[in-house]
Amino acid sequence: MNGTGTNGLSRLPKKPSRIKHYLTFIIVLWMVWGSAVQTDSTFKELFTGLPEMWKLIEEMFPPNWQYFDNIVPAMLETIRMAIAGTTFGAIIAIPFAVISASNIVKTPWIIYPARFILNLIRTIPDLLLAALFVAIFGLGLVPGILALAVFSVGLIAKLTYEAAETIDPGPLEAMTSVGANKIQWIVFGVVPQVAAHYVSYVLYTFEINVRAAAVLGLVGAGGIGLYYEKTLGFLEYDKTNSIILFTLAVVLVIDFISTKLREKLL
Amino acid sequence: MKRRIWLRWTIVVALVLIYVWTFAGIEFNGIKPTAGKITRSIFEGIFSPDWDYVYLPDGEDLLRGLLETLQISILGSVISAIVCIPFAFWSASRRGKSKAASGSGKFVLSFIRTFPELVMAILFTKAVGPGSFAGALALGLHSIGMLGKLFAEEVENMDSGPTEALIATGANRLQVLWFAVIPQVLPGFLSYSLYRFEINVRSATILGFVGAGGIGTPLIFALSSRSWDRVGIILLGIIVMVTIIDLISGYLRRKLA
Repeated sequence: MNGTGTNGLSRLPKKPSRIKHYLTFIIVLWMVWGSAVQTDSTFKELFTGLPEMWKLIEEMFPPNWQYFDNIVPAMLETIRMAIAGTTFGAIIAIPFAVISASNIVKTPWIIYPARFILNLIRTIPDLLLAALFVAIFGLGLVPGILALAVFSVGLIAKLTYEAAETIDPGPLEAMTSVGANKIQWIVFGVVPQVAAHYVSYVLYTFEINVRAAAVLGLVGAGGIGLYYEKTLGFLEYDKTNSIILFTLAVVLVIDFISTKLREKLL
Repeated sequence: MKRRIWLRWTIVVALVLIYVWTFAGIEFNGIKPTAGKITRSIFEGIFSPDWDYVYLPDGEDLLRGLLETLQISILGSVISAIVCIPFAFWSASRRGKSKAASGSGKFVLSFIRTFPELVMAILFTKAVGPGSFAGALALGLHSIGMLGKLFAEEVENMDSGPTEALIATGANRLQVLWFAVIPQVLPGFLSYSLYRFEINVRSATILGFVGAGGIGTPLIFALSSRSWDRVGIILLGIIVMVTIIDLISGYLRRKLA
């Protein structure tokens, strides 16, 4: 028997078990391996694909600069679509944000259904919404705008109600104590505290929507995306490259402006 | 005070101009007369889905489509989580490192981020042939942009104490990496990878639109052949899968934090 103090080693704390880590690692490895096998993803395939890829890139350069004249109207259409979609979404998001914030509305059976709808909207990718709306309304800008609007509602309302829940309760209590009604309470107590956040989230959503709008045309919802199909279908990769470069330039410029504005706001 | 009023008016005028430009350019040819009917059929389809499609003994059913979608997103996330690590260290601005190095890294990452992943998927289907592998590669490459940025922030926020202590005791670079850097950044890296995985699951559902595998392929077929009950069950399947993945991943991320 080891006397206390005679054998220092036995008094060292036991090392924490690593079994959990190893198990996690093995499970992740198994999942990755399984996925690779099931989807036929092998390094061999990648390496046989690489020369193809290189050929594609070679054909893409130099970009067809003349083609820009053809795609400028489509690009403007894309931006219009993003602006309109974000605006409609931002407007519809306001009531949703109000009824989802637990410090504004105190009735659980209003808050939870509202949040449930928002969660539901956010599970559906915007391109999928666009495909659905194209099926309903036919080709054109309208389905694209609607898809972006629905997607924006989910995002803006969620971010805004979360911002609204962290506001300072002081002004609200003061207004309650002087007898303000619910509308006054929201307009003078909540709105001034949330407005800057809300505008910033709208701009952020606009950035996302510009990117999304650029590909919505692939499912027939208008904008520059239509031209990907056109040029790729005819194997005119230099033109595809012009579209890609143009999109990148527009997205970067809009991102830059929007980020600067957001920095000013907050 | 006067300046503020001016500022306000400039913003209002700018906004009005933007909206006039926007809405003047949008052609609205009215809604198709069949729109109401189709909407009704879609809703009917969603509320009375084609349950038989959930499992078919001989291939091409909902469960297999969803599983393939998941596999694409797992592969894509793992590829990007590994490939983005050098990018993250490249673009992280730390003391004693030139601004040019981290700046160029940040630019490359933002370039990758702005490249639409669906276009990437199209290009990969041309390179490795249509199918899930093209989708996984597209997700993997596109995710580098966001993951690299988030990982770089994690590296920037790292406490330099342990690293300095180890160097002071004469540890070599590998030991510093293993005992000071990795333990600090690993939880963050894992948490961000899971977050990106959630996003990738959503993206993977639409890769099939351009022939890059997953549940999007049967969905686009169902949409174009107007079999709304099948559209309904696929939508339902996507919503359920995304919700479950979000719950699991959110739980794991809370444990990591």
